[in-house]
Amino acid sequence: MYETLRQILRVGLPSEAAPAAAPDDVVVRRLHEDILRTLGRALTIRHVDAGSCNACELEAQALSNPYYNLEGLGIRHVASPRHADALMVTGPVTTHMAVALRRTYDAMPEPKLVIAAGSCAIGCGIYGANYATVGEVAKILPVDIAIPGCPPSPTALLQGILAAIQASAAKR
Amino acid sequence: MDLTPLGLVAAPLAAGVPGQRAQASSGQLLTACRLAWENDGRLVAMWGTDERYRQRGFGLRVVVEDREGLTLLEHTLPDDRARYPDVTPIFPAANRMQRATFDLLGIAAEADDTRPWLWAESHATREFPLRRDYTVSEPQASRQDEYEFVRVDGEGVHEIAVGPVHAGIIEPGHFRFQVVGEKVLRLEERLGYTHKGVEKRFASCSIDEGEKLAGRICGDSTVAYAWAYAQAVESAAGVLPPVRARWLRALCLERERLANHLGDLGAIGNDAGFAFGLAQFSRLREDVLRANATAFGHRLLMDVVVPGGVAQDLAFEHVHAMHDEAGRIARQVRRIREIYDEHAGVQDRFRGAGRASPELARTMGLVGLAGRASGEAHDLRCEYPCSPYDLLDVRMAVQSAGDVWARVAVRFDEALESARLLGIITTALLDPATMSPVQCALPSRTSANVAIGYVEGWRGPVMMALELDDDWTIRRCRPQDPSWCNWPVIEHAVIGNIVADFPLINKSFNLAYSGQDL
Repeated sequence: MYETLRQILRVGLPSEAAPAAAPDDVVVRRLHEDILRTLGRALTIRHVDAGSCNACELEAQALSNPYYNLEGLGIRHVASPRHADALMVTGPVTTHMAVALRRTYDAMPEPKLVIAAGSCAIGCGIYGANYATVGEVAKILPVDIAIPGCPPSPTALLQGILAAIQASAAKR
Repeated sequence: MDLTPLGLVAAPLAAGVPGQRAQASSGQLLTACRLAWENDGRLVAMWGTDERYRQRGFGLRVVVEDREGLTLLEHTLPDDRARYPDVTPIFPAANRMQRATFDLLGIAAEADDTRPWLWAESHATREFPLRRDYTVSEPQASRQDEYEFVRVDGEGVHEIAVGPVHAGIIEPGHFRFQVVGEKVLRLEERLGYTHKGVEKRFASCSIDEGEKLAGRICGDSTVAYAWAYAQAVESAAGVLPPVRARWLRALCLERERLANHLGDLGAIGNDAGFAFGLAQFSRLREDVLRANATAFGHRLLMDVVVPGGVAQDLAFEHVHAMHDEAGRIARQVRRIREIYDEHAGVQDRFRGAGRASPELARTMGLVGLAGRASGEAHDLRCEYPCSPYDLLDVRMAVQSAGDVWARVAVRFDEALESARLLGIITTALLDPATMSPVQCALPSRTSANVAIGYVEGWRGPVMMALELDDDWTIRRCRPQDPSWCNWPVIEHAVIGNIVADFPLINKSFNLAYSGQDL
């Protein structure tokens, strides 16, 4: 236990300030206000891998490391779509995942934000449209925010999530 | 493996490791597989190819590995009514490969299990995507739900279905448990959810596009795949990339191994209820990825390894930074390892969970990291060290307990070994003897039409087989992830464990979905 505490003290607090939601500057406090105004509480995200190569998943997981401190911003990944405000989808939607993706979306409550993350989710990427893929996420679900990148970096993902919150706030 | 007693004529195989190839009849195919098994060998890959346009019917390819290297067995079927012999009695891992070969090409083994594996759609339409006359480009209706799981009957038995959408940020797959109380009686895996036509796509790729696709078959192993692909291309060309490119490739591969092991060590700790481990290791992993981005412009090192060498050289300041980083990370890993070792709760969850005994590992053909945790002492970096590994003297990490603890121990040892190798590699990159261009040109014609790349990725050996025309047109490209051989072993390793331990056991193997689903 002593060594565990010592290691925690030695590392200190590596968390960094959140990036601005591209393209305009927003401070973290403003972000919290946006989340609260839009949703009245924390933002919850359900992720669905609809055929990705796993690179986007690795970068989305990285958002939970101490540097990005996602939960400190009031944003959390949740296990059930019924608890989710936003759906983050990666991959060129495969025919085998299309039904599961649609069901996940249907199970979500409003505001049902949809974030298409990565080149594949936006336009099938290197795989292209073929017999086994339905195509980009927008063919199946109404996409609110697209985050380009192969894969998008954690910072780009965070910027995209923040942009989705702002877009949702602007709609009201 | 000496094939002459079987009456087979062996020719050299263009590959990154020692190898031979031979045409085999169905009888010879079985005998050769049995001989390989008796020589401490294992099945590496199996796939089919459509050669009707060359009046050769369909081809079946089987790659086995023994102490002397790879053997590629080529078998010809005159048409799709012909059957090839079932090799599952010798190599159980062949079951899913045989089923996938039928799904994609429509040639079948003389086997009892004819259920679909990757692509059930072909079974109804009798149209097979990897045939050259298959021109469907519209998405097909999914028949993934129609799978016949094996069920267990009896008093108190119930079924738990999990997936394809899981609770975390992970890849999709389906697990069907038959359970009594908390104990798992039987687990059946159902994969294929990320099948996106990779093998068909390869047939329309140029050699350069092929690298981009190879680097995106399995995102966590992009360097291993890109290197295996490049190695296959270079073997077909008969060229060796310049010395500096080879050192830079080793740098990237060991950084990929280190980053993945760090991520897994944290995630496995977390699954055992020790969030401290996740916080510490995910921070270290992020340090490695950020240094990658600074030096190579990509956090996961995609598209750094290209046919003929690497895409860019590394500035000296980054070499120095990576040298210091390797030592810094090794110190922290040692410190956290002691904390893991001393933590009674963590050790209680690790010890004895998800055990794959050495006998099971040998019978089922468990490979890579998980194999080494079950006594299967194989590591391509030690057995067939390609340059620059021939100068590195890699120390293989082996355990025999075969449980979660052993897979964690192998990861700790390998992470520290990678850090040590990175120290040597960065020193070598500063040596004037390694100053050279980082790419060489490929000749305009191939010198071999069949070539194999074989690289020890962090999860296990990654194979890339290329069949080419003389002008570099890709006829067929078959990527083989080590997960093909390892997924079936999890079904055995979880028997008798409690359902709640499954996430921990599964994470300790951490197998690929996309890499296998293709």
